[in-house]
Amino acid sequence: MTTNTPVQSPGVMWATRVIGLLALVGTGLTVWLGLWVTPPDKVQGDLVRLVYVHPGVAWVALYLAFGLAAACSLLYLWPRTRSLFWDRLAAAAVEVGVVFNVCTLISGSIWGKPTWGVWWAWDARLTSTAVLLVLFLGYLALRRVPAEPEVRAKRSAFAALFAAVDVPIVHFSVLWWKTLHQGATLLNANLSPTIHGSMAWTLLLGFVALTLAFVWMLLVRYRIGALEDYLGSGELDMALHDRQSEGVVADPTPEALAVVGNARAPAEVSR
Amino acid sequence: MAPESPPTSALSLRDVVALSGRFPLLAGVDLQVGVGETVLVEGPNGAGKTSLLRVAAGLVPVASGRVTVLGLDPARHRTEVRRRVGLLAHASHLYDDLNVRENVRFAVKAAGADASRIEGACERLGLTGRLLRTGAAKLSAGQRRRVALAVLVARAPEIWLLDEPHAGLDASARSLLNEIIVEATAGGATAIVVSHEPELVESMATRSITITGGRVTGERRLNSVPARFVHVA
Amino acid sequence: MWRDTLLVAGKDLRIEARSRVALSQVAPFGIIALVLFAFALGPDRGPMAKGAPGLFWVAVLFSSVLAIQRSVSVESVDGARDGLRLSGLDPAGQFLGKTLSVATQLVVLEVVLGLGVVLLYGASIETYWLIVVSCGLGTIGLAAAGTLYGALSAGLRIRETLLPFLLLPVVAPVLLAGTRMWQAALAGGTPSNGTPWFHLLIAFDAVYLALGVVVYGPIQETA
Repeated sequence: MTTNTPVQSPGVMWATRVIGLLALVGTGLTVWLGLWVTPPDKVQGDLVRLVYVHPGVAWVALYLAFGLAAACSLLYLWPRTRSLFWDRLAAAAVEVGVVFNVCTLISGSIWGKPTWGVWWAWDARLTSTAVLLVLFLGYLALRRVPAEPEVRAKRSAFAALFAAVDVPIVHFSVLWWKTLHQGATLLNANLSPTIHGSMAWTLLLGFVALTLAFVWMLLVRYRIGALEDYLGSGELDMALHDRQSEGVVADPTPEALAVVGNARAPAEVSR
Repeated sequence: MAPESPPTSALSLRDVVALSGRFPLLAGVDLQVGVGETVLVEGPNGAGKTSLLRVAAGLVPVASGRVTVLGLDPARHRTEVRRRVGLLAHASHLYDDLNVRENVRFAVKAAGADASRIEGACERLGLTGRLLRTGAAKLSAGQRRRVALAVLVARAPEIWLLDEPHAGLDASARSLLNEIIVEATAGGATAIVVSHEPELVESMATRSITITGGRVTGERRLNSVPARFVHVA
Repeated sequence: MWRDTLLVAGKDLRIEARSRVALSQVAPFGIIALVLFAFALGPDRGPMAKGAPGLFWVAVLFSSVLAIQRSVSVESVDGARDGLRLSGLDPAGQFLGKTLSVATQLVVLEVVLGLGVVLLYGASIETYWLIVVSCGLGTIGLAAAGTLYGALSAGLRIRETLLPFLLLPVVAPVLLAGTRMWQAALAGGTPSNGTPWFHLLIAFDAVYLALGVVVYGPIQETA
């Protein structure tokens, strides 16, 4: 339950820097290509340049971040794979996911204004994204409740599980809400233009760059969370010491202290 | 399922560490209690006496060490352990909107015990007539304790965990409580009583242990156990 | 498990019968919501009748949050939650029992609100069975998901503000499905208008009932 191991190995920290650098380069390249090199669309004009950003952030927020958070939560809940690592990863994924989610909504909104004439038109996908954002925020709100790491982890994992099973249902319900509506909808104009040539490569680059950006932010956020927990576990040593010196006991049993080193091994002693 | 220790042991704790987050409630407790024993638990405030009972009841998980209750692991055989163990805690676990009879009925049936014992138990504890129909919100602390005790008497668990049971009771209630404890243990149950007034319990306890700083720091033998009960040293 | 379900549901409903919180507080809240909607949409009955299905379900959703809060707070006094754990009651039975109790209260509430919508907004129901089915299925889903989230936030001091925020987005599909089915019912629509929503509600109910039966126990064991 507590860990005294170093937070992240040097290999991981090096990898984080490399990924961050690649993400930066990739994003810069995407911006340059997207804004200057690629041609404007016949129908949507320069507006189409948002296609290098919007689907990319949407993919990260809706599938990558959410999927990762759900998978990590399940791994935490499953007794055999239970480890605070999964909980921290899930929390990091959700936090970074919120950022990308908001970017999705903003970029979708910016795209929608000229296309639909309004800032928001209850497009099925954007609406689902908005609901997912609220679910993410609920998860984060739950995490802010002060509690010990294991309790918080379990509670958050359950919340993630409940939200995760809801997401497909929400997706379909919003989709049918839009498409099964009896009246004609004027605002059915699609946000997806046709893509070819240099646009396709830029689009792909955009996806990759944004994914790398997500991974970098994820690793950094994870590290912060792990450091916070590490600080907390050091306090347990001191607490055990203090507790045992409450009585007239001169030396605490080594077995009780050993629990701090590795929580998994039961300190079984034959007397 | 083979029991994990000989059936004459009611409760076995081996180097148990129980945590509440970062705080160690128990910091390495060793305790063996045999069936039929009555153990008095003493110690200063905050020493871990209540936590000891809660671990035995299966409410608090152990971070390390081993707990065996009636030969079972409370984490793996949760329901069975909880049904065979009764805890009389500081809180009475009563529903304010229900009256005494309904509260006792619910608690007894929830524990899967025989509902026909309810009448007798209530009478024993002096819960009769109008008192039975009184809403739990209107009861005094002593009366609430009586109701919780009635539930225990009706359930007749194999292990009685009593957390400062005499607190808040008047003299007649206290002697009734002692009678009940002696009856229960005479019938084969095991009792573990936390008390700040050891003189009330010493006459019926087989031994007394002292808990300080989350560990057992003292033990003294009191009355001998009648020969028909076997206990683990 | 079923015996424990009935035991817990009976206990909760008996408490409700004694304290009458749902009747005297939750139902009036629902009615007030309907009245406020009427104020918001203007004195003409046209917009109200048109929006009646949605407004009904929004009022139900908000009221259900109150009902869940009440269901959770019943156990927060005098350590009753510990008492339930100590009793050895089957956690799945506890979950189903509480869900059943909340669902029962919600059904009564929906009858009241349904009457309110018909009388206050001038909605006219053509297809009754659609109403009954949508309310039945929707209620089960609301109660199940609500009981789960209630259990998750049970010990927390900020439960009052956290629970609505957690629960309402999750039950949005119930709102969508219920509204559509009611719209079909008010317009005298053919069943095909309601069929995919029917499936959706069943899926929602099945998912949250199954989830609750499995994880309610572990949730309770979290400090």
